[in-house]
Parts: sequence; structure tokens; C-alpha cells
Amino acid sequence: MKRIDGRKPDEIRPITMQAGVLKRAKGSAMVKLGRTMAIAGVYGPRKLHSKHQQDSTKAVLKLTYSMAPFSTDERVRPGPSRRSTEISKVIRQALEAAICLEEFPKAVIEVQIDILQAEASTRVAALNAASIALADAGIPMKDLVAACTAGKIDNDYILDVAGKEEDVTFCDLPVAYMPREKKITLLQMDGDLPVKDVENVIKLAIKGCEELYEKQKEALKERWISNLKLVEAKA
Amino acid sequence: MISRNQYLVDIALSGRRLDDRKADEFRQIVIEKNPIEKAEGSALVRLGTTQVIAGIKMDIKEPFADTPNEGVLMVGSELSPLASPEYERGPPTENSIEFARLVDRAVRESHAIDLEKLCIKEGEKVWIVNIDLHVLDNGGNLIDAGTLAAAAALMNAKLPKVEDDKVVIGEKTNKKVPMVCKPVTVTHIKIGNNLFADPTEGEESVATSRVTVGTKDDGNICSLQKGGTEGLTMKELEHIFEKSVELGKQLRKQLKD
Repeated sequence: MKRIDGRKPDEIRPITMQAGVLKRAKGSAMVKLGRTMAIAGVYGPRKLHSKHQQDSTKAVLKLTYSMAPFSTDERVRPGPSRRSTEISKVIRQALEAAICLEEFPKAVIEVQIDILQAEASTRVAALNAASIALADAGIPMKDLVAACTAGKIDNDYILDVAGKEEDVTFCDLPVAYMPREKKITLLQMDGDLPVKDVENVIKLAIKGCEELYEKQKEALKERWISNLKLVEAKA
Repeated sequence: MISRNQYLVDIALSGRRLDDRKADEFRQIVIEKNPIEKAEGSALVRLGTTQVIAGIKMDIKEPFADTPNEGVLMVGSELSPLASPEYERGPPTENSIEFARLVDRAVRESHAIDLEKLCIKEGEKVWIVNIDLHVLDNGGNLIDAGTLAAAAALMNAKLPKVEDDKVVIGEKTNKKVPMVCKPVTVTHIKIGNNLFADPTEGEESVATSRVTVGTKDDGNICSLQKGGTEGLTMKELEHIFEKSVELGKQLRKQLKD
């Protein structure tokens, strides 16, 4: 089976991941998934000034997903929408499963994710970027969280649904996954499929997550190596 | 002395529930049809102590450019301060938005309404169906109660009278909203290693994760959403899917015409 854009069923679009792309943020990352571009920045942990928002047992994670006005064919109206509010929530919860928030009582960790260009799977690109950025910021985590979407067209399960495929797939199903604990931390779906198919689509998405997990690790390794080189050059 | 939360966790860890229900047992459901006469259709759903009203208002509008021959479906929600000491007046919160969007997806993705039949003149005039969910009492599991209320309200709605392509206010016809299927969601939560369907507010307050499964009349899954801050294994999901399809069938029986 050949896909609309020529990919194999289990082939993810060309992907690049880069850690440490911003100077001011404590941690940052850029993820390009096909033409979808997500950039994430992390600030904190720092003291949460508003007392009533503080949690005496753990840090509060604040996360905002937002789309740049020029990121889609039709201009996106700036500011939070109902869609972006929901996406921010599911991404935040997917990452909370991995972050050791209890190490920073009364603190806040802030994550901002901007979608610079959108062509399918923006929440997945956003999540992958945020996860790298958190690790880049040195925030203790149980594991990286990787994310990927999968779907089904005709009789084939396909990984990383994109472009025209979105109109013909039986479902669009993003998954976030922590490979070390084998746990699913984000799961959404729109579509129409029997239970068995849904399970197979999730399993394929997990395979995609495992592949992207390796790319996330590579991006972080590259960042540390270049840091080391900088230190050495100074010495 | 142990705290309320610890007590709730301890009970759940032992696999039991405060109200003695089984893990896969829903609370009693009572559906009151059309309690709001001014609405085109409405339903009050009582799920245990949870009370949600769904009200339908319809109007004629221009269709969206990408779907010129389809009616428009909109779902809004109001978590009234009546319903919980935690709710405040003000702009919609994250929880309120997620609640409305989950009910929206359950209705939309199950293709419960034949939106093409709600087209009056292609590209110019279509029916807009506004479903507004009003939570009166939050006893837990708003999502499933809200979807039931939306479905019941839709099934009992009557289109308003139209003159010169304008709605005549206060007059209804005998025409029904064209329904193809009955949307239903089933929500499970996880506490410790135990999964429970139809959680109470107390159970929700100590749950680590939540999964909502929307199904169609044929048992296919049409929407999924995981919430909460802990991961779930594939095995747990498989259990939830199986139970949700089964429980969805039971809920659908409550939605008689």
C-alpha cells in the first residue's frame, strides 16, 4: 500500500528535533514534523507568587499551547480558543505523569508551546517539543514523553496521519507514551472504528512513539555534546 | 484520624465503593423529558446525585464555508456555582470547556444528527443547533450525564416555525431533529490499580486518571479522551474499552424514543 504522499503505512513524515534553541528560556526545543513546526520553552521551577495557586506538596505545572496567527491557511485569531484550552490541558496532564513535581513544593514550572506552522498533528509535535524542553531545562523526570498519531485508511493502519489523509482516515488518534513504564499518558480519538481496530491503531501509535523517543534522546545528546565542546573551548 | 481523601483512597484500593456499587455499575439514571418549555428541546438527567439539564435552541444561519450543505452543531456548558463549592462565576474554565467539547465530540463523531438534512439552502441558510449544558449539581461524572442529557434533549426537540426564512419566536412545528444514532459516553477512573465506571465526585477527587469512551449504536468507538495525570497500560485500556461498549448498550436503553 502506498499513501497519498508516498509514505509507507508505518512511516513517519521527515522529522527534526533540536534542543536548546532559545537563549532566555531555561530549556527549549524545536520539533518539525513534516511541515508542522512547534517550538517549546520552559521557565522555572521558580516560586509561585500567587499564594492561593501554590501547592505545598508539589510544583504547579502551567502549560500553554498556542497557534501563531500565520500558522494555517486561514489566519488564526490570537489568544486562547476553546480548542487550544483543551489541548493545553491534555498535554499538561500527559507531561505531569513524567515530571517529578513533588521535588519543588510551592513552585511553578511554566511551559509555553507555540505552533509556528500547522499541518496535522500539532498537539503531538507540541508534546514532543515540550518534553525535550523540560529535559533540556534539567527538570527531573521519570522518563521522556513521546507522542505520535495513527489512523486507519481502508484496510491499512497508518502512522502519523497528515494532509489529505485526514479527510479519509476512519480515525485520528494521538497517543503520548512513556516507554520505560509502558504507560499511555495522552489518548484522544475522533472517528468511527470497532474496538479491535482502535486497539491496533493505539499499538501502532505506540510504535511511532518509541521511534520518536529515540529521536528525542538524540536531540538531547547532541545538545549536551555541543555544551561540552563549548566548555572545553573556553578552558 | 484519617482525612476524607485518604478514606476515599483506602476504600477504592480495597476495590470497594462508598455506595456499595460494583466497579462496572452505573448509578440510577432518571431522564426527565422537556422540562423547559421555552427550549426547542430539553432534558434533565439525574445520574445518582448529579443533575444536568441540556437545552436546545435552534436558529437559521449561514453555513460554514467548508460545509455549505450542512447544519451547524454547537455545544456550550455552564458549571453553575449552584453545582459545587468549587465553581465560581466568570469566564468558562478549562474544565468547563473540556466538558462541553467532550459532549460535542460524542454527538458529532457518532454522526448522531444528520446535519445534511438541516440544510435549508446550500451555502446560504442552514439550521444551527445549540446544545447548552447546565450543571445544577455535581455529584460526579458530568461527562456521561451531559451526553445523556444532550441526546435526550435532541431526541425530544421540535423545530421552530419558519416564515420568510426567519424563525418565528415561540412557535414550534412537529418536525423533529433528524437523528441517526444515540450518542453515549462511558467514563472510567483509576484509583490505585482499580478501575471504576461512573465515578462519584468523591472518587473523581482522588482519581489519578480518567478515560471517556464514546460509542455508536453499532458498538463502534467514535471518541476517546484520557484525562488525569497518570499513565495507563494497554491492558487497562482494553478492559475499559470492553466495559464501555457493554455499559454503553445499557445506557442507550435509557434513551427510549
